Amino acid sequence: MDYSAKNKSKLNVLPKTPTGISGLDDITRGGLPQGRPTLICGGAGSGKTLMSLEFIINGATKYNEPGVFMAFEEKTEELILNVASLGFDLASLIKSKKVSLDYVYVDRNDMEETGQFDLDGVFIRLGYAIDQIGAKRVVLDTIENLFSDLTNESIVRAELRRLFQWLKDKGVTAIITGEKGDKLLTRRGLEEYVSDCVIFLDHRIVNQISTRLLRVVKYRGSTHGTNEYPFLIDSDGISVLPVTSLHMDDVATSERISTGITSLDSMLGGKGFFRGSSILISGTAGTGKTNIAATFASSICDRGEKCIYFSFEESANQIVRNMRSIGLDLQKHIDAGLLEICATRPTMFGLEMHLVDMHKKVTEIKPDAVIIDPITNLVTVGSVNDVKSMLIRLIDFLQRGQITVLFTALTINKSVAEQTYEAISSLVDAWLLLRDIEFNGERNRGVYLMKSRGMKHSNQIREFIITDNGLDLVDVYLGPDGVLTGSAREAQILKEHTGDVLKGYQKTRKDREILRKKKILEATILTLKAEFESVEEELNRTYTEELLTRNILEKNRKEITNIRGTSSENNTEENGPHIET
Amino acid sequence: MLDKDIKKNESADNFVLRLFVAGASANSARAISNIRSICELYLKNRYELEIVDVYQQPLLAQQEQLIALPLLIKKNPLPERRMFGDMSDLKKVLKGLGINEVI
Repeated sequence: MDYSAKNKSKLNVLPKTPTGISGLDDITRGGLPQGRPTLICGGAGSGKTLMSLEFIINGATKYNEPGVFMAFEEKTEELILNVASLGFDLASLIKSKKVSLDYVYVDRNDMEETGQFDLDGVFIRLGYAIDQIGAKRVVLDTIENLFSDLTNESIVRAELRRLFQWLKDKGVTAIITGEKGDKLLTRRGLEEYVSDCVIFLDHRIVNQISTRLLRVVKYRGSTHGTNEYPFLIDSDGISVLPVTSLHMDDVATSERISTGITSLDSMLGGKGFFRGSSILISGTAGTGKTNIAATFASSICDRGEKCIYFSFEESANQIVRNMRSIGLDLQKHIDAGLLEICATRPTMFGLEMHLVDMHKKVTEIKPDAVIIDPITNLVTVGSVNDVKSMLIRLIDFLQRGQITVLFTALTINKSVAEQTYEAISSLVDAWLLLRDIEFNGERNRGVYLMKSRGMKHSNQIREFIITDNGLDLVDVYLGPDGVLTGSAREAQILKEHTGDVLKGYQKTRKDREILRKKKILEATILTLKAEFESVEEELNRTYTEELLTRNILEKNRKEITNIRGTSSENNTEENGPHIET
Repeated sequence: MLDKDIKKNESADNFVLRLFVAGASANSARAISNIRSICELYLKNRYELEIVDVYQQPLLAQQEQLIALPLLIKKNPLPERRMFGDMSDLKKVLKGLGINEVI
């Protein structure tokens, strides 16, 4: 590898002249063959003149290579006016001798061909113009017109061959444009003269949508991209997009970015998506795809990063208004220049053109994240396969720039739409599925992660709630009857709550009963005790009485004994004990 | 200079011709000799032929919209006509000059 690379650099590789047209120099690996003629052919309105004119203008302004533009179709003034709309000031370039414009005009009406002739007139004019400004670039647009102006075709052919050889000898890099022919690339087979590099421009209409395409048919002595590349003509001129990336050497960071929804982050291992990853949110209509996308966009802008929101459904104002209803203020991000909402109709142009358009915006704005809402609308302008290949290229391009991309996809039923996201599911790193859960006469939103590469993620279905203050996820209720959501979940929770209350009540009732029983028992014990006490008292009384009686009897006996033994003066004392019991 | 000459000879039957050639190419040489003999034969003493070498005056090429050379322009009598080629097709040259003579 190293060895061959070294060898290559030592070799004299074909020198190239950059066109300065963004993308075209990538496809041709540096530009057009230097000092050789290149043929640009295509149908009417395919952009031949513009492309060649841009080659001249870029040469004059960017590479300091003056150029001669020889027009066989349009007048000088017309050309100047035409390119002025693209922001090119051709008139001042002509004034400063950077560009020379020559309109070659043949009027068949007052012409008579009187024998052998040559095209020295063209040679002289061209030679003079080249020498005057020291031109390095020449465009002949469309020299084929000479064939219809001059009837002797064999002479024109021979002269053209001489002209191209002469241009090579002059060492100028030339572009010759030609109309598309029936079988050949050009009507008169110009490609046989210009065999070093042929670029074919096409303007194709599929499903009423036109796409401009460019293909490098041949390029001698150089490798080049062989595919058809879409190109765009807009206010900045032509931009071509090399749409197939051959490499898969993207850098992968383990930096994570939040989804903007804390509970969703927690489903994704607590941190959110990887930076530079691609995320697909799919779901049926009204499941809140746009809400998630907008929340994500807003959270990116909150961190001071840039985000482009490509909307194919709603206008920028609509999105801003609608998101306000969930407490999301996107307008402040737009005002701060962090958020750019690009709303286009999918049918505005072809798929490839959408890609070119996005490519251009991304290169211009350099965002940290891109949102495409929804990709399924693109199916209206291309087949499922086309959409897939477009998305591959878009993801490739974005990942190279470490730009996180979030797609939404609408699923209607098991038709084309479903295939779309199935087809692209292998492309994305994380796939969030939003689902309607229809139950108990109402519709609720469920969300779960189909996949999330390279991170621990939840396998749970969560219920997705849209509130006035944003989005939130709650655990769905797993009851004995299965998964419950929405009011059923609430009801189940209430039911359980009721149960708890009832059980609590029952518990207290039993407690009270026990207490009561205890009280009864205690009361019985008390009664028994009282009974016992009264019996005991009775017994005691009898006992005391007996004791008293005995004592008194004893006393009495002693008294009597005393009386008997002594005198009768103790009689008064004897009265008491005489009382019999 | 040239324009002055033309104005001087604006009479209807005076032919003012201008032949543009590119250096000393074979076509140029043939065209010069052909047109000279045609003029001598058909327009004797009533023509003015100017031969311009475009290589010497390249700016003229753009002004005069020169493409195919040699080119003969009939400035007078009007209408102005242009003929290109080596003037070997006598019929066409005469038609271009507006001379209706049987050859």
